[in-house]
Amino acid sequence: MKNFTVLDGLVAPMDRANVDTDMIIPKQFLKSIKRSGFGPNLFDEMRYMDEGQPGEDSSKRPLNPDFPLNQARYQGASILLSRSNFGCGSSREHAPWALEDYGFRCIIAPSFADIFYNNCFKNGVLPVVLDAESVEILFQQLYATEGYHLVVDLEQQQVCCPDGEVFHFEVDSFRKHCLLNGLDDIGVTLESAETIRRFEAGWRRQSPWLFGSMTVGER
Amino acid sequence: MAGKTLYDKLWHNHLVEQRDDGSALIYIDRHLIHEVTSPQAFEGLRLAGRKPWRLDANLAVPDHNVPTSTEERAGGVAGILDLVSRLQVQTLDDNCLAFDITEIPINDIRQGIVHVVGPEQGATLPGMTVVCGDSHTSTHGALGALAHGIGTSEVEHVLATQCLIQQKMKNLLVKIDGQLGPGITAKDVALAVIGEIGTAGGTGYAIEFGGEVVRRMSMEGRMTMCNMSIEAGARMGMVAVDDCTLDYVRGRPYAPTGANWDAAVAAWRDLHSDADAVFDRVVSLDGAAIKPQVTWGTSPEMVLPIDGVLPDPAAIGNPAAREAVERALTYMGLRPGMAITDIRPDRVFIGSCTNSRIEDLRAAAEVVRGRRVAASVKQALVVPGSGLVKAQAEAEGLDAIFIAAGMEWREPGCSMCLAMNADKLGAGEHCASTSNRNFEGRQGFGGRTHLVSPAMAAAAAIAGHFIDVRSLQETTA
Repeated sequence: MKNFTVLDGLVAPMDRANVDTDMIIPKQFLKSIKRSGFGPNLFDEMRYMDEGQPGEDSSKRPLNPDFPLNQARYQGASILLSRSNFGCGSSREHAPWALEDYGFRCIIAPSFADIFYNNCFKNGVLPVVLDAESVEILFQQLYATEGYHLVVDLEQQQVCCPDGEVFHFEVDSFRKHCLLNGLDDIGVTLESAETIRRFEAGWRRQSPWLFGSMTVGER
Repeated sequence: MAGKTLYDKLWHNHLVEQRDDGSALIYIDRHLIHEVTSPQAFEGLRLAGRKPWRLDANLAVPDHNVPTSTEERAGGVAGILDLVSRLQVQTLDDNCLAFDITEIPINDIRQGIVHVVGPEQGATLPGMTVVCGDSHTSTHGALGALAHGIGTSEVEHVLATQCLIQQKMKNLLVKIDGQLGPGITAKDVALAVIGEIGTAGGTGYAIEFGGEVVRRMSMEGRMTMCNMSIEAGARMGMVAVDDCTLDYVRGRPYAPTGANWDAAVAAWRDLHSDADAVFDRVVSLDGAAIKPQVTWGTSPEMVLPIDGVLPDPAAIGNPAAREAVERALTYMGLRPGMAITDIRPDRVFIGSCTNSRIEDLRAAAEVVRGRRVAASVKQALVVPGSGLVKAQAEAEGLDAIFIAAGMEWREPGCSMCLAMNADKLGAGEHCASTSNRNFEGRQGFGGRTHLVSPAMAAAAAIAGHFIDVRSLQETTA
């Protein structure tokens, strides 16, 4: 996984609440058995005027000119600013895959859906929770300033505005540690393999009905 | 010391390691796998040279992409016309074979929607931790299990370590007291709860559903309630174990038997919140006040009782809320002040992990019995949740009732809930749907979803517009 330390990035707006995972990456693209290549279909139904199909060359499709990501001033954005309950809906990790593949490394919003929030950390994407008032300030600055950049510092847990204003954010220490160092969760957990085995043996003694063949009739 | 909630107990029972940084390692008893969110996880294992930690914890079944037309289904995996879908289902078969994981394949009678199959087979048991790469895994909490959806990285993590790294959630009790009126179902209660607390109301919480209404609810009803927890923002919903739970589990193929059953029951009897347990938040609803619910917008919280009228953005003071309502009305092609009963569905979908169990099909069949689908309705699909539900419904003659009414009787799968197969809405079409999400484009590009109970979907199919199902039930009675 890519690590995340300090990001100085162009900001793009997604100015609505309840941005759901079906919006972020519509279901037809979930048929892929790969982990990459979802970027061209990020926000597909809002971004293009037609219905996208998996495997299609999206560069030839008609763009929705009103959609912010299609506007010149937001090209190359790596920070997405949005409203509350971002990422609600399904558990599809294709959502953070699409955001990351497009080039977003950080999403700032007043709140996130739990599963999406968790999925971001597994993919080098930092979800930053700021209160709704602070997010409103950022939206106003973003709309007022072409080429609006923010500096997101994970170590310091800060979002720094061009005018020098600084917003602090919370992030739990384990997720922060893994993201700062780009650690593979599985590798970290397998360091506790002995503890897991001990727990498992005790649990099996206590609840033997939870263990056994999945072939029906063998229990 | 205060007592424990059901969630506290399930958490504690599975706690492998509590870490100083607040994270914890939680042991996973059951991992359910389907074709959409698993291929990248298996590929990850392969690339890292890892093997599944415990094979017998896993059970796989294809559901999202499978065709539901009997014709297309007859050819098995090779018969799936959409080549991209076919490859995904084939990849699940291949991965299960390569990693030696038990799979219920496409045309096995036990195949169906993973959240219907798990409890039906007894693969989901009380007291378990159950995960699956699908947000509606919360369904399994109805059995007194700690069950929630995970992303693909966590699918790989569970396969490789039999554990997940978790942070403990807060406890939310949703208590529905009183008694439901006739014709009011678990789906109406679930939508009413979401209308009350909002789609982010449960974020950060594990929900326990309690109160007289839930205690009297069937297991199917409880599954519908827990299924919709995620639409209230909570990854997991659960219900305490009682006799209803035990009666449901007893005799299921993977359920324990003999002395194991007795020992299990003794342990399961403790799976309820203690009388002195403290919840971080309690929400109470009066069951008697709940009417049939219909969503009108593009978020499950945009819901009204059947006698409601659509909101007028001009009357909303908060600019963000006003804009959200305006946007939803525009997308849905509806006018402010319009009555819910004036909305006319083009299609009707009865199915999904929320409402495709036998009780759901019985409720729908009871409404359509002896009636015809309105001429204005282009299609009314009935998609049973599993092959066994289908067989049961056919044994009861429900298929004949649906077909006589002009509905289509299909093979089991996720179908039009998320439209990954051929079952989808056309742009601008309205659908009375028993599924769980009314997001933009969810059931097809430009499609417009109205979430309702199976009885209400059936009633809308007959009337050609949304109608209080109780008025039809009175005339049959």
